[in-house]
Amino acid sequence: MDLLTELTILVLAAFVGFEVISKVPNTLHTPLMSATNAIHGIVLLGGLLLIGEASGFLDELLLVIAIAFGTINVVGGFLVTDRMLEMFKRRD
Amino acid sequence: MYTASFLSDPDFIRVLYIFAFGCFIYGLHLLNHPRSARRGNIVAAVGMAIAVVATLLYDFVGDYLLIVLGIGLGTAVGVPAARSVKMTAMPQMVALFNGVGGGAVALISFVEYREALEHTGGNPVLEQLIPILFAGIVGSISFWGSNIAFGKLQEILPGRPIQLPGQKFINLGLLATAVGCAIAIAAGTESQGLFLVILVSAAVLGNMFVLPIGGADMPVVISLLNAFTGLSAAAAGMALDNVALIVAGMLVGASGSILTKQMAEAMNRSIANIFAGGFGGVSVTPGADGDGEQKPVRSTDAADVAIQLAYASKVVVAPGYGMAVAQAQHTVRELADELEKRGIRVDFAIHPVAGRMPGHMNVLLAEADVPYDHLKEMDEINPEFAQTDVALVIGANDVTNPAARENEGSPIYGMPILDVDKAAQVIVLKRSMNTGFAGIDNPLFYNENTALLFGDAKESVAAVLSAVKEL
Repeated sequence: MDLLTELTILVLAAFVGFEVISKVPNTLHTPLMSATNAIHGIVLLGGLLLIGEASGFLDELLLVIAIAFGTINVVGGFLVTDRMLEMFKRRD
Repeated sequence: MYTASFLSDPDFIRVLYIFAFGCFIYGLHLLNHPRSARRGNIVAAVGMAIAVVATLLYDFVGDYLLIVLGIGLGTAVGVPAARSVKMTAMPQMVALFNGVGGGAVALISFVEYREALEHTGGNPVLEQLIPILFAGIVGSISFWGSNIAFGKLQEILPGRPIQLPGQKFINLGLLATAVGCAIAIAAGTESQGLFLVILVSAAVLGNMFVLPIGGADMPVVISLLNAFTGLSAAAAGMALDNVALIVAGMLVGASGSILTKQMAEAMNRSIANIFAGGFGGVSVTPGADGDGEQKPVRSTDAADVAIQLAYASKVVVAPGYGMAVAQAQHTVRELADELEKRGIRVDFAIHPVAGRMPGHMNVLLAEADVPYDHLKEMDEINPEFAQTDVALVIGANDVTNPAARENEGSPIYGMPILDVDKAAQVIVLKRSMNTGFAGIDNPLFYNENTALLFGDAKESVAAVLSAVKEL
């Protein structure tokens, strides 16, 4: 993909990010942070993309750590957000 | 391993990525309301699952044993941590999750650089190299900064600002080193050693940059580091030519930046000011012992408070982190229930920076089964204080300090506060006459309509609760 296409996507994603988030009420800021935090665990994909062609023990070791880190970020992040949101209730 | 050809077609994978973004954006949209928020989180998680599966379909993605090992290890650590963490410890958990994300970015950028040197026999093209260097620097700062934030929130490290003489120059020097080495690499120097220097100086910078920040400023720091990790993930995506990383990383980068800005505004401080360690200077030796004795305060007891509450028609509770520290939130909710049974309207006034991360107080109260429609944001509740009979301040201090409104000389002048002093009666539950996090005296305590109930917040509330029940 050429650089300009990537930059276009980057800028548009930034604006979508601003738009979607600015409407979230203070009440939900902690779960919001924790959910977006989980989303950046997507770096795990970077580890997946590189590990097949990695050669040598050091690279493989670093990538396994990176994948593990990314997974902690994703799995832990979504789970903990779910735990928080489960508690938000109206009066019955 | 054989996979049907269309499955590993890069175009098919990119179509799946489009579904994944759709899920992320729609999921974040659902987070706008407490009713749909839980569904939103699940939708975003489904998006993530789609993105991971799609990536595994690429022909060149292999070494499944190592992938399973990495994902297995991550799950084994992440799931129990997320299941067992206490809600009061949520900020440090988020800091930790954020840190490992940043660490993953830094590691990936380093491996990507090594691979480029080995396989293509030299530095990659500039449009790939710049994002790699950016991801390395920011990922490393984020990893170490988040770990320090975790250490401070978990009280492994002292919460008070830690500052070295000439700290700003040290930080600038570290940043200059990292950027200088990055420019050297971008200009053509091929050196893994130099890349390591970048990672290490960024790591030290990450430490130095969070250490001087006091505990009260942590909401802003966590939010900023969250944005950093998102941006570095987007950069890694540009280096790897992967749209999923670019979009998801940037969504987080943008949302994190907005939150950081909102937090800083809620404290009336510029982000630069926070990182210069502004409150640190003020809080070293507060005149806690002198001030309290000179000016008279009115102290009260549980029975009196119970009578005031029971004969009120509108009560507003202003909780602070002190309430959570005392684990008083469940007792407070029982008291609110008891008062509501008597037809008294009880609302909770939540300052945007109450707690240790944005919105933390809401989570703590939700955990104690306070319905979210009773949690009022500052702008919504402030006009209502004039019609409030009793404002009950529990473990909050600086966010109720009228000096922020009236005293131009006060370090917190201009910070938006909860106008509890406008209520007919104010009852402040306090452990002692010590000043708050910022070390600033609070004139609210000396007002005529203010009474102080001294003692542990949980015990005090419990005493008030039983006195109300006896009425």
